[in-house]
Amino acid sequence: MTKIPKEEYILKSTSACAGCPSSLTLRYVLKAAGPDTVMVVPACCTSVIQGIFPNTAINVPVYNVAFAAAAACASGMSEAFRKAGRKTNVIVYAGDGGTVDIGIQALSGAFERGTDFLYICYDNEAYGNTGMQRSGSTPVGARTTTTPGGKTHAKKDLDAIVAAHNPPYMATACVAYPQDIFRKVEKALSIRGPSFIHVLAPCPPGWRFSSDMTVEIGKLAVRSGMWILYEREYGKVAINAISKASIRKPIPLEEYLAPQGRFKGISRQAVDTLKSQAERMAKRLQLEEAGTC
Amino acid sequence: MYEIRIHSRGGEGGVTAARLLALAAFRDGKYATACPFYGAERRGAPVVSYVRIDDHPIRVYSQIRNPDLVVVLDTSVMNVVDVFHGLKPGGTILLNATKVRNVPGHRSYAVDLTGIALSLNLVVAGSPILDTPVLGALAKMGIITVDSAKRAIAEMFSDERNVKAAEATYQELVV
Amino acid sequence: MLTVATGNKAVAAAVRELRPAVIAAYPITPQTEIVEQIAEYVTSSELDSRYIPVESEHSAMAACIGASATGFRTFTATSSQGLLYMHEMVNWAAGARLPIVMANVNRSLAPGWNIWAEHTDAFQERDTGWLQVYVSTVQEAYDTTIMAFRIAEHQDVLLPVMVNLDGFLLSHSMQSLETISLGNFVPPIQLPHAIDTANPAGYGMLTGPDDYFKFRWDIERSMRQSVKVIDETEREFARRFGRKYGVAEAYRYQDADVVVIAMGTLGKEAEVAVDILRKEGMKAGSLRIRWLRPFPILDLAGRDLVVIDRDYSFGFGGVIAESMKAKFRVDPYSVIAGLGGQEVTYDDIAGFIRDRKPGEEHWFGVNGNV
Repeated sequence: MTKIPKEEYILKSTSACAGCPSSLTLRYVLKAAGPDTVMVVPACCTSVIQGIFPNTAINVPVYNVAFAAAAACASGMSEAFRKAGRKTNVIVYAGDGGTVDIGIQALSGAFERGTDFLYICYDNEAYGNTGMQRSGSTPVGARTTTTPGGKTHAKKDLDAIVAAHNPPYMATACVAYPQDIFRKVEKALSIRGPSFIHVLAPCPPGWRFSSDMTVEIGKLAVRSGMWILYEREYGKVAINAISKASIRKPIPLEEYLAPQGRFKGISRQAVDTLKSQAERMAKRLQLEEAGTC
Repeated sequence: MYEIRIHSRGGEGGVTAARLLALAAFRDGKYATACPFYGAERRGAPVVSYVRIDDHPIRVYSQIRNPDLVVVLDTSVMNVVDVFHGLKPGGTILLNATKVRNVPGHRSYAVDLTGIALSLNLVVAGSPILDTPVLGALAKMGIITVDSAKRAIAEMFSDERNVKAAEATYQELVV
Repeated sequence: MLTVATGNKAVAAAVRELRPAVIAAYPITPQTEIVEQIAEYVTSSELDSRYIPVESEHSAMAACIGASATGFRTFTATSSQGLLYMHEMVNWAAGARLPIVMANVNRSLAPGWNIWAEHTDAFQERDTGWLQVYVSTVQEAYDTTIMAFRIAEHQDVLLPVMVNLDGFLLSHSMQSLETISLGNFVPPIQLPHAIDTANPAGYGMLTGPDDYFKFRWDIERSMRQSVKVIDETEREFARRFGRKYGVAEAYRYQDADVVVIAMGTLGKEAEVAVDILRKEGMKAGSLRIRWLRPFPILDLAGRDLVVIDRDYSFGFGGVIAESMKAKFRVDPYSVIAGLGGQEVTYDDIAGFIRDRKPGEEHWFGVNGNV
C-alpha cells in the first residue's frame, strides 16, 4: 500500500464542477510532486479551476500559457532551471484538446528534444472548458456539441504518438485509482528526460452522468477494457494487474456506456467499433509486453 | 422598460429561462433582450441572466443595476451572492422555494419549481429542469401571457412535460 | 420569419443561407455557439456544407484558404487568442485574394485569461488587407454576415471580410431577428484565379523585389474599390429587405455640438446617453463606426468629439482616437473604456461627455491610480 503524504496542495474553493476528475487527479499529482514544483497549464478546465484573480486554489506556482504553447513553454522553463542547477519539477498539466490537437506540435518537439519534464494529459475526451465540443480524443459514437449525431472518427491514439518519441517513461492512469496515479507520478519524476502520463478523466457535465459517479465510471472504463492501465519504461511494456484481469475477463462494454448520456442512442455499429478497438489495443499491448512485437 | 434579473447556478437552466422569457415577451408583441453573465462553462457556478422587456427597441447592454423583479432559481446561491442588490423599492421577488420569504418593502412570491419538475420527472443528468416551470410563474405574475409562455416553451422544447410543468406552476402560484 | 436569436445564432443562421461548401472552425469562448449551431445544421442536413473540426485556429484559416482557393465559398469564426493564433494565415488569406468571410467575437487578450468583450483582438488584424465591420444588434449581425459574402466575392473586391460582434454582450444576447429569403442577392461565387487543373498555375510563388510591391498595391486598389461596393451592397439590401446601414450609424447627429464615437454595443448604448443629455439641454449626438477597413471618411468638423476606445495600442493611444486625429485633424477627448468586459453604462458614457477635455486621454477606472 503506497504511503500518501498528508500535505494538500489543492486548497479549498477551487472553481471546479462537483465531481471533477481533474481536481481529484491533480490532488494526487501534487502530493507526489511536492512543493518544488511548477505547473505549466494551457487553456483547459484547470485554467478555470485555479480560481479567479486575486486568489488561487493551487499551492504551487502555476504558469498559465496559451493553448498551443504548454510543452514549448515547459521546455524553456526546464532548460532554465537545469542550467541554474535546480531540480524543480516542471509539470505540464493539460487537457486532451491542448495535447492531442492544438498542443501536439509543441508536445512532439519537447519530447524529441529529450526535455526533462513531466507531461500529464487529463483526458475528458472533449473540449471541456469551452462547453464539450469534440476533440481528437473524443471516441467514436460520443455526442458532443459539435458531433450531435455521435462522432464518426476514431479517438486519436495519443499514447502511440508519444511512444513514437521513445520517452524513458510513459503510463496511462485513471482518476478512479488515485494511489496508482501517485505511484506513477513519483516514478516519472524520478527519471530524467520527458515522461508522459495519460489520465482518463470522466467528466460529469460533459459525459452526462451525475456528479457522484466519477470514480464509478472510471472503474467501469478500466474493467470493460475500454481504458487499459499500463506503463512503458524505456520501451518495455508492463500492463497493470487490474487491467490484466480486465482484459482476461472484461465486463460488457455496454455497462460502461449505458450510464453516460453522451452515448445515448449510440449505434450498434459504433459499439462494435469501440469493442474491436479496445480488443486490438489490448492484444497489441499484450504482444508488446511479451516481447513478440 | 421592465428589468428582470435571474439568479441560478450553471446547468440549472437560468440562461435558458431568460431566453424563454424574452421569446415569450416577443410573442406578446414586446421588444425583449436576454443576456447571461457568467464565466467559462462550469456546472454549479453562480450565474446571472438579465432580461429587459419594453415597448420600444432596447439599446442597453450593460448589466441591470435596479431590477424590477429578481428571480432566484437556486436559493443556495443566496449564500454567496446578494441577489436583492439594487432591487427597486417596491420591486418584486420570486423564489424557487416552498415557503415565501418576507422581504420588507417588496412583494415576495415563492413556488416550488423543483418539486413540480421532480413530480413530472423533468430531470437531466440528475438536475431538475427549472427554466420551463418558472415561465408559468412569470405568466401568473403577469410579466408575459400564459399563451405566449406555452408557445415559447413549445418552440424550444419538444418534450410536452415542459409545457405541463409551466401549467402546473401557473396553477400553483398564488399572487 | 420573425424570431429571436442570440448574436451567435444569428451569424450561424446567416451562414446557413449562404451555403458555404466548406466550414473549418475551432472552438473558443465566446464563439462556440456559432460553430455548434452550424454543426447541428450540418448533422440535420439543413446545411449541405463540409464541416471540418480542425485542430487549431491556424489550421482553421489554412483549411479555409485551401477550400477558397478551389473557388468555393468558405466560412470560419473565432475570437481573441484564436484570431491571433491564425494571424499569419489571416494575412495570407488577404494576400491570396480569397473572399473568405469570418465572424470574430471580440474578446480581450491573455494573460490574464479574460473572456469578455474588447476590440483589441480584431484591431491586431487591421493592417492585413481584410475588410472589417462591427455590428451592434442581432439583426445587424445577421444582415451584415449576409452582405459580407456579397462584398467579399465582388469582382472589384476579392478580399476577405471579418464581421465583428462583442463577446457576450452581443454574441450571447438574445434579441429579435427577422430572417430573409436570400433570393439572388448573393450570386454564385466566381473566383477568377480559382485552381484549375486544365489551366495550371503556381500560387503564392517566390516573388522578387521588382514584383512583390505590385501585389501589395493591388490589394490596396481593391480595398479602395470596396468603398463603392459596400455602399452599393447596402443600398441594394435596403431596397430588397428594408434595412439600411452605412459606414457609420449617426444618431441625433446633424445639429449636435458634441458627438460621442464608439463601436459595437457601446456605440448603441451611447444613444441612450445622448437622449439623457439632450433632455438636459445639451446638443449631443453619437456616431457608431461600423466599417473599420476600409476606414470611413467622416465629416467631423466643428464639433467636440468624445471617442471611446474599447482597445489600446500601447505606447501610442486608443486606435480609433488616434485614427481620427491622423485622418481628420481633430482633437478628441479620448476615453479608454470597456477593456476585458469592464462594465460601461449609458450613465458612464454621459459622464464622459459632460466631463470631456479635448485633446486629453482618460482611462476609465484608472484616474492615475489602479
